[in-house]
This record gives sequence, structure tokens and C-alpha cells, in this order.
Amino acid sequence: MSDPSEPVSAMLARIPYAQFLGMKIELAGDEMTAVLPFGNHIVGNPTLPAIHGGVLGAFMEMTALAQLLLTEGQARQPRVIDVSIEYLRSGRPLTTYARAEIKKVGRRIANVHVEAWQDRRAAPIAALRGHFLVTPTEG
Amino acid sequence: MSDHLDAMRNFVQAMNQGSPHAIALKMETVALDREGATLRVPYDEKLIGDPETGVIAGGVVTTLLDHACGQAVHTGLTEFKTIATLDLRIDYMRPAEPGKDIYARAHCYKVTRSVAFVRAVAYDDNPDDPVAAAQAAFMLDSSSGRGFGANLKDRKPRK
Repeated sequence: MSDPSEPVSAMLARIPYAQFLGMKIELAGDEMTAVLPFGNHIVGNPTLPAIHGGVLGAFMEMTALAQLLLTEGQARQPRVIDVSIEYLRSGRPLTTYARAEIKKVGRRIANVHVEAWQDRRAAPIAALRGHFLVTPTEG
Repeated sequence: MSDHLDAMRNFVQAMNQGSPHAIALKMETVALDREGATLRVPYDEKLIGDPETGVIAGGVVTTLLDHACGQAVHTGLTEFKTIATLDLRIDYMRPAEPGKDIYARAHCYKVTRSVAFVRAVAYDDNPDDPVAAAQAAFMLDSSSGRGFGANLKDRKPRK
């Protein structure tokens, strides 16, 4: 039995920035959830306090990349073409979760939607839609 | 207006020094004027997003652009207001060059009663050869009625 999350976890382990954020992934069957534990180093606004909006964007971007790797078995990291981030609620000092849905994968471009939440799945704190340049797996 | 700019110069320094994530990225404001804000994140191996090439993670560029856009809003206002990012759209044109610092230049081009609109570019050497471009909208007076530690309280679920 090989662990299906292994290639994705290995990818995250190799990316210094993912380690810097402290991001992890969890798999339930083929459903992937990305997890961002709270830490002082991701706080943008210390008075509320709130997680930096850029960190939430980065976290959702990495979630989309991890989902593409998991589903499409990319030989190389896909490249981000564009992202559109919507901020719905401030990121509180809690663990943040994100799930990605691949809406379409063409020969070159993938379209992915991501949603991030904290204590209530039904009350997302941010969403991302993005296009990614994917390269066909060789061989 | 220049009094406001001077106050904002002090404020953005405090904002950078008071923001744990800005400190973690070693983010600095290198210029602040009526045209907007220029910020820098120095190249750092811990921020690499692609270990094969050593290119800085797109997420760092995202954060730098968000931060720069926010500071540009403050230069576009005539008095201090709390702000929150509503949306941020980023086009990534090319990878940043490994080893080089990344800059972001943001300009607030329209302010209404409730919303400020900002454009920004991220670049390493030349603003005319950008790494990424951003378009953002910010809500103004976002914290009205919310005090220090507001995020630490339980939130009432809305019906």
C-alpha cells in the first residue's frame, strides 16, 4: 500500500516557502484538504489580530497547485498564470483549511477554484479562482 | 496633504514593524508619495517556491502586492481610515529572477465613500518589465465599531 498523499506531501516538503508558512495536506480518500496552522509569523494586522491577506492568497494558490499535482500527476509544478482572490471574512487566529476543485484541465491550461475556511465550513473566509499552466506528464 | 503624507510615512513604518508577517518577509516600504507606495522584499532562500529553479514563491509576490496596495490606499486618502482587501486579481507574467529582491509599486487611482481601487506591479529590475500585475479593491472604514482584539471574540453565526 502506497500512501497517495506521499507525492504531494513530498512536494510540499521540498518547497521552502510551504515550510515557512507551515502548510500541510490531509487526504480522505481522494479528497484533499490543505491545512494552515495558526502562527504569529502569518499575522498581518496585529490589532484585530488577523492573518495577512497575502498569506491566505498564497495558501489557496499552493492548495490549487497541490490539487493539480495530486489529480493530474504533474511531472513539474504547474505555473500560475492568474489568480483572483475574494476576501469574505478576516482570518482569525485559528487553523485555516482549504479545498480545491479543478473545474477544467485542457492540454495546457487548468482552471481551479479554491475555498478557505476556519471554524465553520459554511462560512468561508476567502476564495480563489485561478488559471495554471500545466505540462503533460512525460512518457 | 504633505502633513497627511508625513503621518502616513510614519504609519506605514509602524505598520511594517508591527506586522509579524511583514517582519518575517523582511518587507520594507522604500518610497511613499502622492502617487503611491513602493515596497521591497529581499531575496531569501526560505521563500523559494520552486526548488528546481530557486524562484521565489508566487505567494510572496501575492503578499507583497496586497501589502503595497493597502499602503497605496492610505496615500490616496486625506485622513486615516481602517481598510480591508475586498478582492485582489494578479496576473503572473514571468518568474522573478532568482537572487534578486522583489519590488512592488502600487497606485490608488480612485476613492469613493466606501471603496478604494488600486493598481500595482511587481518587478525585480525594471517596473516596465513586471513579474506580476495586480488590480485590487479595498473596503474603507472596515473596522468601524470593532476594537482591539475583535477577532479573538466568538462570532455570532448569522441566521
